[in-house]
Amino acid sequence: MPLLFFLAVAMLYPFAVGPDAQMLARTGGGVIWVAALLAAILPLEKLVAGDLEAGVLDQLYLRGISEELAMAVRLLAHWLAFAPLLLLATLPAAALLNLSPDTIRTVVLGLLSGTPGLAAVGLTVAALTASMRGGAALAGLMVIPLAVPILIFGAGALSRPDSSGLLLTAAISLVLAAVTPFAAGAAVRASRD
Amino acid sequence: MQAQLIATDIACRRGDRLLFRGLSLNCASGDAVHVTGANGIGKSSLMRILAGLARPFAGEISCTGAIGLVDERLALDMNQSLGKALAFWARLDGSSADGEMHALLQLEPLMDIPVRYLSTGQKKRAALARLLTRDCPIWLLDEPLNGLDTQAQNTVEMLISRHCEQGGIAVVASHQPIALAGETLDIESFTR
Repeated sequence: MPLLFFLAVAMLYPFAVGPDAQMLARTGGGVIWVAALLAAILPLEKLVAGDLEAGVLDQLYLRGISEELAMAVRLLAHWLAFAPLLLLATLPAAALLNLSPDTIRTVVLGLLSGTPGLAAVGLTVAALTASMRGGAALAGLMVIPLAVPILIFGAGALSRPDSSGLLLTAAISLVLAAVTPFAAGAAVRASRD
Repeated sequence: MQAQLIATDIACRRGDRLLFRGLSLNCASGDAVHVTGANGIGKSSLMRILAGLARPFAGEISCTGAIGLVDERLALDMNQSLGKALAFWARLDGSSADGEMHALLQLEPLMDIPVRYLSTGQKKRAALARLLTRDCPIWLLDEPLNGLDTQAQNTVEMLISRHCEQGGIAVVASHQPIALAGETLDIESFTR
């Protein structure tokens, strides 16, 4: 689903702004980034709330599996479920937007270093909102501001000749991925009371 | 097995309301406790506190031995067949799917049916089967008889008494009468 959504955005953009090939090539990288961010929001609803509701996390806890470990594994699973496919889908999307090989390379590398961060932000927010009614809508709203730094550095790398943007994106991703198991684990524990 | 579950002077608060306080419990190997009380009095909250899933408002819990909890949350994948859903937990527990237990709880004909199609009683029996195939000395059962037919109720009572004979602990919260060889703990007497 997130994948189709991602491709749909990449497909609709040329229709919306017109078939000016040069403009598409100039702005296309940024559009791919925005589409990737929005696609990362889609699966948040099912990420934690279902397991919390069904008592799966309770039963895991009783078997000595801490919330932190459960969330770390969930983070890995979440990233694997959306990022590799998204990277593949970047190629047809890039073709639709008439991107140059150089831009494609920067976008793919940027997404590779940025998607762990997007997944981490998504998981933390999903855990925070899991026990709320209407949590999914709130989660979408909360992810967007938190994901802005990743977007700035990731998309910003497109307009720089060196790789500093990519490195900063990767750095943010690493920090977020390291913090998330603890933040999401604490959120799960708090939502039990 | 040597198991122990001790709760000292615990109180439970839900929102602004103090549900109960000054409740103590001391279970050693072989003990069974029947927790009774009206709906909403805090039976399930007590079970979650004993399991360590919720923090008591006051008091302390200490336990020796693994805890198994059966409550209204099934924790089985609704879209999978019962056999696969139970096998997931069996793999995690390192236990093999126990044919004898499944026969005892009459689950064998249900193994290919998706969990979401099962009735309340069948789901309850599945949750009990997961508890049985896992080797844990302390059982916390929250309304284990809900939705069960008479035969299954008898089976559950038999399983609990067998578990206690083997040195396990069973704390059973139920508003229904249940044949347990142990004391009864009425939460009503701790409400104020």
